[in-house]
This record gives sequence, structure tokens and C-alpha cells, in this order.
Amino acid sequence: MTTASAPVLEIRDLSVSFPTETGTVSAVDAVSLDLAAGEIVGMVGESGCGKSVTAMSIAGLLPGSARVTGSVRLDGTQLVGARESDLRRVRGREIAYIFQEPMTSLNPVLTVGRQIGEVLQVHERMSRRAARARAVELLTLVGIPSAAQRVDNYPHQLSGGMRQRVMIAMAVACGPKVLVADEPTTALDVTVQAGILQVLRDLRDRLGTSVLIITHDLGVIADIADRVVVMYAGRVVERAPVDDLFAHPRHRYTAGLLSASPQPGRHAGTDRLTEIPGLVPVLASQPDACTFADRCPAADEQCRAAAPPLEDVGGADHVAACWHPCVTAPTAAQEANR
Amino acid sequence: MARYLLTRAWQSALTLLLSTIVVFVGVRALPGDPALALAGEDRSPEALEAIRRHYGLDQPLPVQFAQYVERMVQGDFGVSIRTGTPVSSMLTTALPVTVELSVLAILIAAALGVGAGVLAAVRRGRPAEWLANGLALIGLSVPHFWLGLLAILYLSVATGLFPASGFVPILEDPVDNLHHIVLPAVILGTGLAAIIMRQTRSAMLDSLSSDYVRTAKAKGLRPRAVITRHALRNSLIVVVTVVGLQLGGLISGAVVTEQIFGLPGFGKMTIDAVFQRDYPVIQAVVLLTAAAYIVINFFVDLLYSVIDPRIRVTGDPA
Repeated sequence: MTTASAPVLEIRDLSVSFPTETGTVSAVDAVSLDLAAGEIVGMVGESGCGKSVTAMSIAGLLPGSARVTGSVRLDGTQLVGARESDLRRVRGREIAYIFQEPMTSLNPVLTVGRQIGEVLQVHERMSRRAARARAVELLTLVGIPSAAQRVDNYPHQLSGGMRQRVMIAMAVACGPKVLVADEPTTALDVTVQAGILQVLRDLRDRLGTSVLIITHDLGVIADIADRVVVMYAGRVVERAPVDDLFAHPRHRYTAGLLSASPQPGRHAGTDRLTEIPGLVPVLASQPDACTFADRCPAADEQCRAAAPPLEDVGGADHVAACWHPCVTAPTAAQEANR
Repeated sequence: MARYLLTRAWQSALTLLLSTIVVFVGVRALPGDPALALAGEDRSPEALEAIRRHYGLDQPLPVQFAQYVERMVQGDFGVSIRTGTPVSSMLTTALPVTVELSVLAILIAAALGVGAGVLAAVRRGRPAEWLANGLALIGLSVPHFWLGLLAILYLSVATGLFPASGFVPILEDPVDNLHHIVLPAVILGTGLAAIIMRQTRSAMLDSLSSDYVRTAKAKGLRPRAVITRHALRNSLIVVVTVVGLQLGGLISGAVVTEQIFGLPGFGKMTIDAVFQRDYPVIQAVVLLTAAAYIVINFFVDLLYSVIDPRIRVTGDPA
């Protein structure tokens, strides 16, 4: 997919912090990201790196206590600080979400048809009957067999994969411009995972929806994404087209992530996966340093003194925030980490 | 479903039989002799003997029990030892009063409790929650009888808004009937309302932080739809359970409330009967209460499956 057209979703310097009893905790720090029409962007990082908070803040779904600054524009319309009633019109209609746990994300006491139909009743002013009929079509669209019967099922009567398909049907009901999928396959079996990713790809091809897929699974990214954003401790540390990122990771954290995931042929015999030493720091606790410095094999005084900016590191549309980007191939980066 | 209903019906019948035995034996274990109570001034052994023979009290207990069950199945609960009126006719006048009082109390308690509970959860940490919590604390800790006396003092005697006592059957004059029974029903419902409020509040707080409520918000639903259709519906199962469990308290509360407001219901009948060792009346009252419990529990179970499809016991394939 090309990224030449104007972005549908434009995130600039998005920062989110939460007041706590021990002071303000910054969860997301100056994240910028574009999403072109029909593009699938993967956002990857460890648990707690701010991926989900970023996702939730796009349509203003964070709790009222969250302090959000920066800019999120959907087709030019500013969403940060927008009125709740305006955001409600955007949610579900222009920006739709798919969440991680399809079991708990669906309401256990309403039929799936009702839950899908609800979106249509609210945004398209459909009657309950028409919404139900459309729900059957949507269930067919996401590959649920005998949808006419399934529409009256409750979530507990469906398998995990089917529930996630229901979530997707619900999300695409109004033909949204942007689909935010927060760990959509994490709770599912690998075989089911592939099916779900295929559905997302199909929908992108058929409806031209832009997809922001959030995951900690590099396999999912490699499978589906056009571009990748790597997050670490609330900041974007690297952004690149997917092939470029996997072939030439420039940030030390990305390199560490890649060598920590199994790849065919690379870890044969007694070889073990390389882990990144240390722990994820408290989010953005080092405003004037590289957040990865404490775990980085190449860190020096400069890394602890100033936060590196996102800079062009060669290759088309490839940026990384690192004072000492890797210049070698991933296998060598792996060696360097040892 | 039919199979489930059958099992439940069978269980209910067994429970009912057991409660019959317990009641029968229990009443006879009470200290005091009904013949003595009845004999009045004439306590000669012959008179007492005659009374015992007349009411079948001279028979061995198993025989008395068999006779009792046999008559009861035919709808004959015996004759009040004290007044000589058939117990069944006493029940037909007293029962509607208590049923009306209890049903009204439950409705008022559910409306107040669920409403305040939802409000407290949605407006968490704001004055509305403090107010609801405070009222719930008062509702829980202030005894019915005292609240009832206060209500009579201020709302009946001082202002004359409500009659202080008495009852008008609903068929005679529905408006006057309501006028008489609303105050006792509110008093009886306060404790239950407080309990329902607290349970609703905590269940709603759970639901509101759940993933499916997040989904509902992400769909762009209005807050009202998110709260009622998604959060409240999932919280109701807790409320129904609480109401089911609290019915015992409600029935004993009804006894006291009826006494205070002079309502000619079940409660008054029970107290009079206990003081007079009026075996047939006590047996009928306690048995009917037990039966009411069993039936209500049965309906609570059915209601569960209406509210929560996961509890539906159809056995149908998905």
C-alpha cells in the first residue's frame, strides 16, 4: 500500500499522563504517527510501553483523570479536547475498536446480533429489525458460518475466534475510516490468529479501512503490517516500513526484540533466544535521557544525558531515536548484544 | 427447560414436606398447653380432657400429624383453638394484606435501591454518592419499629397526611387502600432499599470498569445506553439474589410493621396465635411462610436465567 496520499489519521506529539498519589505518571510521551488510507500500521512494544493508552486516547476513551496533550486529527478534524458529544459521533462510526479479550469485551447478556445492531441503530438510525438483518450480512462478511442462526447467539455460545470475528463485524458495521485493533489475536490460538488477520486484511482490501494494529507479537506485525512503529517506555523509538525494519533494525531495542523472537534456522541446536537484560523502566522517568540506556549494550554518557530525537537513519521513511543506531545486519546486532 | 422445572418442582415439594414436619414438631415443642389456655376459669381435669379430645390433642403425635396432612391437602387447615373460626377463612382475610404490603415494599425498595445504587456508582466520589451512602447507612441501622413510630408521629398525628392505622381492602376502595398501606410499605422497604442500593452500587462499579462497557463506549453509545443496557443489566443478577435472600427479613419485618400500623395481616395473626398457643393457626402461618419462600426462590432461579443467558438451563446445543 502506498503512503503517498494525505493521512486519514494524523497523531502529533501526543502525550498522556495520569495523576497518582505519588505524583504524575507519564504513560505516553510525544508520540507522532500517520495512518494513510487503506494502510495497516503495526505498533509493537512490551506490555506497559504505552501502546494501549495511545490507542485509547485516539478516540478519547481514556478515563477522565487522564491528561492528554498534543493533536489527533481525523481527516483534519481535531479530536484532542473535542466535545464528548462530537467524539461519540466519531466512535464506532469513523474510528472503531477491536479489543484483546473477545470473551470479556462482548456483553455476556446481549445476543451478538443485538450488540452489532446497536452500532447501526445509533449511527445509521436503523430500525432494530433492519439492524439485525445487516448484522447477519456483517457476520457473513467476517466469515461466520450460518450467520442467520449465529446472530441470535450469546457470546458464551461462540468460540474465541468467532467472538473476535463478532467484535470485528461490530467494528466495521458503519464502515469506519480507521480501525484500531488492540492485541486482536493475543488471546487466540495460532491457527485462529491467522484467520483473524486474514479477515482484517480482507476488510482493508474491500472497504479501504486504515488499520492500526497493536501487538507485542512480531510475527503478527510481519504477517500483516505495511509499516511498523516500535514503542518503548511511552516513546516511539523506531518507525519503518515492515521489511526494512525486520531486515535492518536501527534502534538497539528493536534489534533486541528481533533477536528475542524465534526465527526459523537462526536458533538451531543448543542456541538460545537472546533476552534483553534488565527491566522496563517506570514510564518516561528519564525525561533527559534515552529510556533504553540502562538496558542498552551501546549506551554511553550521551545516552544518559539527553533523549535522542527521532531521526532519519537511511532507507525510505525509516526513523529511529538512538544516538548509536545499529549499522550492521540483525545477526551481528545479536552478536553485539551478547 | 421442562426437565429443569420438573426437578425444581420435585425438590420444592420435598422441602415443603420437611418444613411441614419441622413446623408440626416445633409447635408442639413450645412450652405451654393449649388446653390450659382454652379452659379459662374452669381448669378441672375433666374439662381439660374434654378439650383435648375435642381438638384431637389426646392422640399420639404421628396420628395427629397424619390427620393434619390429610386435612391440609384438602385445603382444611383446621379450626382456630382460640376463636373457633376455620384457619382457612382467617388466612383469606389476612393474607392479601401481608402480600400487598410485602409486594409494595419490595417494589419501593427495588426502585429506590437500584436508582440510588446506579447514581452512586455513576457519580462516584461526588456529593450524590455520599448522599446515597449516608441514606443507606441510615436505612440499614435504624430499626423499622422506631422509624415506623416516627412516621406515625410526624406524618400521621402531627400533619395528618397519612392514616395512623387501619386498613381498607383494595377491592373496596383502591385509593384509600393505597393511602393506608403506602406508609407501612415505605417503612418496611427502607432496610431492603439500603441493602439493594449497596449491592447495586458495588455491582455497577464492577460493570462500569468492565471490558464490555469499554466496548460499548467505543461504539459511540450514549452514557444512558451504556449505563442501563450494558452495565445495569449485568448488575441485576446481584440485585435479584439479594432480594431473594432478604425476603426472610422482609417477612419478619412485616410482622412488626403490621403490628405498629395496626394492619390486620399475617403478622398480627401470627403474634396473637403464638401467645395463645393456637396450634392450627401457627402451623398454617409458618407453613405458608415456608411455602412462600420456596415458591419465591423458584421464581428467583427462573429470573436468573431470564437476566443472564449463561445460566439458562435449556441444554440446547449452542
